[in-house]
Amino acid sequence: MTHQGEVLLAVNGLKTYFNTDDGVVKSVDGVTFHINKGETLAVVGESGSGKSVTSLSVMRLIPMPPGKIVEGEVLFTGKDGKQKNLVTLPEAEMRKIRGNDISMIFQEPMTSLNPVYTVGDQIAEAVMLHQNKNKKDAMVVATDMLRFVGIPAPEKRVNEYPHQLSGGMRQRVMIAMALSCKPALLIADEPTTALDVTIQAQILDLMRKLQSEVGMSILFITHNLGVVAEMADRVVVMYGGRVVEEGDVVEIFKAPRHPYTMGLLNSIPRPGEYVHVPGQPKGRLEAIPGNVPNPLNLPVGCAFEPRCKFAVPDCSKAVPALEDTGQGHMARCIRWREFDQAQHEVSA
Amino acid sequence: MVGNVKAVNDISFKIGRGEVVGLVGESGSGKTTAGRAILRLIEPTGGQVLFNGTDVTKLSKGQMRDYRREMQIIFQDPFASLNPRMTVSDIIGEAMQIHNLHPGKARVDRIAELLQKVGLRPEHMRRYPHEFSGGQRQRIGIARALAVDPAFIVADEPVSALDVSIQAQVVNLLQDLQEELGLTVLFIAHDLAVVEYICDRIIVMYLGRIMEIAPSRELNNNPKHPYTEALLSAAPVPDPTVKRQRIILEGDIPSPINPPSGCVFRTRCRYAIAECANVIPELREVAPNHFKACIRDDIL
Repeated sequence: MTHQGEVLLAVNGLKTYFNTDDGVVKSVDGVTFHINKGETLAVVGESGSGKSVTSLSVMRLIPMPPGKIVEGEVLFTGKDGKQKNLVTLPEAEMRKIRGNDISMIFQEPMTSLNPVYTVGDQIAEAVMLHQNKNKKDAMVVATDMLRFVGIPAPEKRVNEYPHQLSGGMRQRVMIAMALSCKPALLIADEPTTALDVTIQAQILDLMRKLQSEVGMSILFITHNLGVVAEMADRVVVMYGGRVVEEGDVVEIFKAPRHPYTMGLLNSIPRPGEYVHVPGQPKGRLEAIPGNVPNPLNLPVGCAFEPRCKFAVPDCSKAVPALEDTGQGHMARCIRWREFDQAQHEVSA
Repeated sequence: MVGNVKAVNDISFKIGRGEVVGLVGESGSGKTTAGRAILRLIEPTGGQVLFNGTDVTKLSKGQMRDYRREMQIIFQDPFASLNPRMTVSDIIGEAMQIHNLHPGKARVDRIAELLQKVGLRPEHMRRYPHEFSGGQRQRIGIARALAVDPAFIVADEPVSALDVSIQAQVVNLLQDLQEELGLTVLFIAHDLAVVEYICDRIIVMYLGRIMEIAPSRELNNNPKHPYTEALLSAAPVPDPTVKRQRIILEGDIPSPINPPSGCVFRTRCRYAIAECANVIPELREVAPNHFKACIRDDIL
């Protein structure tokens, strides 16, 4: 249900730095992307890529100090139809947006829920704050929300504490809480990483269903390419605090133009792909050599250059620009044209 | 009141010399407990663990110590499994010291050799764990396990805590070492795609019991147990053009304190019939080398 072209959130040149004893960590260093209404955008990256700091910057939840949004803007059109720059919005205004226009779910539902309040209390809190309802009415909404996210016996569960629920149920409660005010944007930061695969399938299924009912956009942060393929309309790939590739999900998987994206796609074993003939030597995965870069000491040029099998001397001279490779696909690599050509030759 | 959790309940399987066997299941399936019970890191309540014909559960502490030379483990969390106050050389050398292997100068040479074998450099031996990334720490954990020349290694989710781009490196390293040293490996994991890639055979566990055992490819192409079918179907496929009908298991894994009667999977099984509540299905061979614990032969 994408409303083509209607931009809900636009992040422009965002820079979020952290002052540490060892120096300035440029966790997010000039990140630009947008999300359309009703769309799911996946932000993919490994530890230290800056994907979580980007989402926390959008919500203005960066601990300051040591963190600071040093540059850039986050333009968001709220439910009132007005566009605001969240970076400069007064804190009181920001508070009206959090939980109401934009809400967030996290990786570890147990640490995101308050253990000493019932789940009903926690869902009702946002409803009372943003929808001007009294406690009794808010609890009715809470029960409805629990039913909405598929929790059995919601009238009973609404009075239970987080420890009485399983991991999958807790994540459903988090989703109920996040959606209780029908937000325009849901930020989901690795929402299924801590869950078992059969429970992950339940939660992803639920998120897709609810998205079409609520009509919200989702910013889905994950490192799992299988989840990306399943959930995303478009994909942003981050590495070393910068966007290295952006594009339509099918394009990203079919014709990646950045060597890091190519490497990630090649390094994962695919179910059913394995063909091992007993007695024959086994195949090997195509691993990306080296380690994730130290954010305190990023290379001068392309951050991926030290691990890149396509690197040439020019790669280490300056940070490559994020270039449009056609049809809204972007890549931050000086050699993308060669990969593009190679793709065309393969398909021809 | 104290209850008993039967984390692993009456499981039997064999691993051939030089074989790589995967043990998969979700949290609460008992896969980690099974791996640890084999090494007696958790004392089994009953049953036998025969290693080269010797029941290791009957061994005294001192005898067990000698056997541990043959049986080593690689842990999941490379941040929690290395002592932060020991240098890499102490960490890798400790087991050699206990077993009196490579005394004197030879030990340093052996540590250097092991570091090279796992893709690190000899000069790393004087450093401390905090100076390494997650993937490098897992390499140290692997070098420690190899230090005493074991025949058998339990690898307990060795890549789950690592970044995607690092996982493939460690999977490849384990495969190289397994082939070079002829190791026998029990590879515990929840990610079926990785297990399928590295293992000859796969054991699927659920709530403390074995559901299915089959050669990797056979298990993937032709699962015979409803739980395996659902597990395979639940894994997201990294291809956006594939839109498939997924089997969504309802509900959660039941509490092992009070498991369902009969087949433990029946409460979430879409093929369950009344009989499933009455009998604990036996693990039986349904095709050559393919075992399943399910009473229904008319499905799958």
